[in-house]
Amino acid sequence: MKIVVCIKEVPDSAATLVAEDGQATWGDAPLVINPWDEFAVEAALNMGGDVTAISMGGDKTALKHALAMGCKEAILVSDDALTNVDTQGTAKILAAAIQKVGDVNMAFFGKQAIDGDAGITPAQTARVLGWPALTLAASIEVDGENVKVERSVEEGRQTVSAALPAVFSLVKEYGEPRYPSFMGIRKASRANIPEWDLAELGIENPAPLVEYIDTLNPPARDIEIEMIGGGSPAEIAETLAERIMAEKIL
Amino acid sequence: MKTWVYIDHFKGEAVPSSWEAIGAAKTLGGDVTAVVLGAGLEALANTAFEYGADEVVLGEDSALEDFRVENYATALSALVSDAAPGLLLFPTTSRGRELAGMVAIDLNTGVLVDVVAMELEGEKVVATRPVYAGKLLEKTVCNATPQIITLRGRVFAKPEAEAGRSGNITQAQITVGDEKSTVTGYAEAGGGVSLTDAGVIVSGGRGTSNNPSLSPPDGMSDEEAEIWRAQQGFSLIGELAKTLNAAVGASRAAVDANYVPYAKQVGQTGKVVSPDLYIANGISGAIQHLAGMRNSKVIVAINKDADAPIFKSARYGVVGDLHEIVPALNEAMKAKLGK
Ligand SMILES: Cc1cc2nc3c(=O)[nH]c(=O)nc-3n(C[C@H](O)[C@H](O)[C@H](O)COP(=O)(O)OP(=O)(O)OC[C@H]3O[C@@H](n4cnc5c(N)ncnc54)[C@H](O)[C@@H]3O)c2cc1C
Ligand SMILES: Nc1ncnc2c1ncn2[C@@H]1O[C@H](COP(=O)(O)O)[C@@H](O)[C@H]1O
Repeated sequence: MKIVVCIKEVPDSAATLVAEDGQATWGDAPLVINPWDEFAVEAALNMGGDVTAISMGGDKTALKHALAMGCKEAILVSDDALTNVDTQGTAKILAAAIQKVGDVNMAFFGKQAIDGDAGITPAQTARVLGWPALTLAASIEVDGENVKVERSVEEGRQTVSAALPAVFSLVKEYGEPRYPSFMGIRKASRANIPEWDLAELGIENPAPLVEYIDTLNPPARDIEIEMIGGGSPAEIAETLAERIMAEKIL
Repeated sequence: MKTWVYIDHFKGEAVPSSWEAIGAAKTLGGDVTAVVLGAGLEALANTAFEYGADEVVLGEDSALEDFRVENYATALSALVSDAAPGLLLFPTTSRGRELAGMVAIDLNTGVLVDVVAMELEGEKVVATRPVYAGKLLEKTVCNATPQIITLRGRVFAKPEAEAGRSGNITQAQITVGDEKSTVTGYAEAGGGVSLTDAGVIVSGGRGTSNNPSLSPPDGMSDEEAEIWRAQQGFSLIGELAKTLNAAVGASRAAVDANYVPYAKQVGQTGKVVSPDLYIANGISGAIQHLAGMRNSKVIVAINKDADAPIFKSARYGVVGDLHEIVPALNEAMKAKLGK
């Protein structure tokens, strides 16, 4: 069984983001593996085959993390021609990379990338490949050529069965991702991570369908806090209740 | 411009943000067609008129009884490609996101996800969407047709329903592909108001377990005792939520410590919410928590620590023990609301 996991490198979730000249900047905050993708790596490793991690863009930090967690191989997709790739383009390129790996029957994704917050690349990649999209999976059971997942959606848990190959995206309920082991980190630091460009993938640079016009800082919300204190809990609660009622939102 | 709005529903019940999307489409001008896919949905189709749809396209087929994104995408792509609307709107739900994404692949167009503002420039919609968990905003346009956009819930005003308003329903011929997957089971989530649709949210964090005056039943491990304490804290929160007709939320620390299920987590790796009122109890206000609730209209913070960062984002703050303040607030609110 061949397994791929697609991971993205993003600024740390605690980074302070500032828009400068229409570009997002994050100072010297570290780049890390997208936190949702750690669940994807965990699930991929639990399937019991060799796992190849693929990342488009980034400086290999995320890929090294995946190797340190236990992935066998890592591939960086990188090409100077790639700038401002939209999710459609990402899906086409990742699909081509999955096909180049060859004979893949499970491709794992995170739920969402915490930079662009789109949450659609798994479904779009599945569509390009013509595979079922078993997204938002909280559990995965493989039975020969078939798979059953429990999906976590707004209204509850949906159980879906499908034939492999398939695309999966993982939610947090799947279970905590493992930490890289010390040995894993040492191995990852010495690993050779090949780079594939578009020519190697055998595809053209997908024409961008979405145009990025600007990146802005959100308007400052100057909320002035009113601290409510003094008196017993009942007195504090009474004042707070009056303030809440005065907001006319209930 | 001709706009289509996809009405997302769960077993025939519309997600409220579908109606918000009709309202948003109307503000752009032009004709609004609601598209309803599934089985046995005539009532839902009629309701779409009440929320302002000028026309309804109804695609019914037994293959669409359960939502499977592949079937729905194939059906919707065919309808959209025939009718060629300039703009296709979805509510940002998990179904809406994926369906929009697949239709975009089928029709070789782009999709702008989780949009919070739209401006029309000629025939192009300039859309604003939060990125980096709302730390920044991005302006984008889709340079192919149809322009596909999913709209964040509770941002665009929901139109007033006009009882009895009706119109022409077109029964559409449905094409589905070979089924890639089938739904074999369903377990509904426990009731209560859903977080993403809630107008009021009362949340608890790690502070819910910090009530040393409670003595847990004998024989519990430390971990069980902590969870037991937190559950007492969350039951106070639950009572306040009931009074306010609110949903209950939680921080990741509360979820990770098994006080409450993950479905209640608010934040960057939980749900992004924008209620009118958000009451944070025993939550420190980590940046990843703020990412999920900073757009709430009015934020109230109750925390023992006067230096807790949550107070920087709150409109009203109380430095105190949630185990005392929350029940007192419940009583005060009950009196005010006549409950
Ligand atoms: C990648 C990543 C993603 C994350 N995603 C999320 C997310 O989606 N959502 C999220 O919430 N967090 C998220 N976090 C975690 C986040 O960083 C914080 O650890 C978490 O929000 C802390 O939860 P808390 O405020 O309940 O706990 P703490 O930070 O421990 O705060 C508890 C607070 O309770 C107060 N308190 C204690 N006792 C009482 C009492 N009796 N009465 C009143 N107040 C009391 C304390 O003063 C303190 O401020 C994420 C972190 C990472 C790294
Ligand atoms: N550039 C990329 N390289 C590898 N995987 C990606 C990339 N972009 C997105 N993904 C995958 O798609 C998921 C959802 O991303 P998004 O749709 O951008 O929110 C992520 O969690 C990753 O698993």
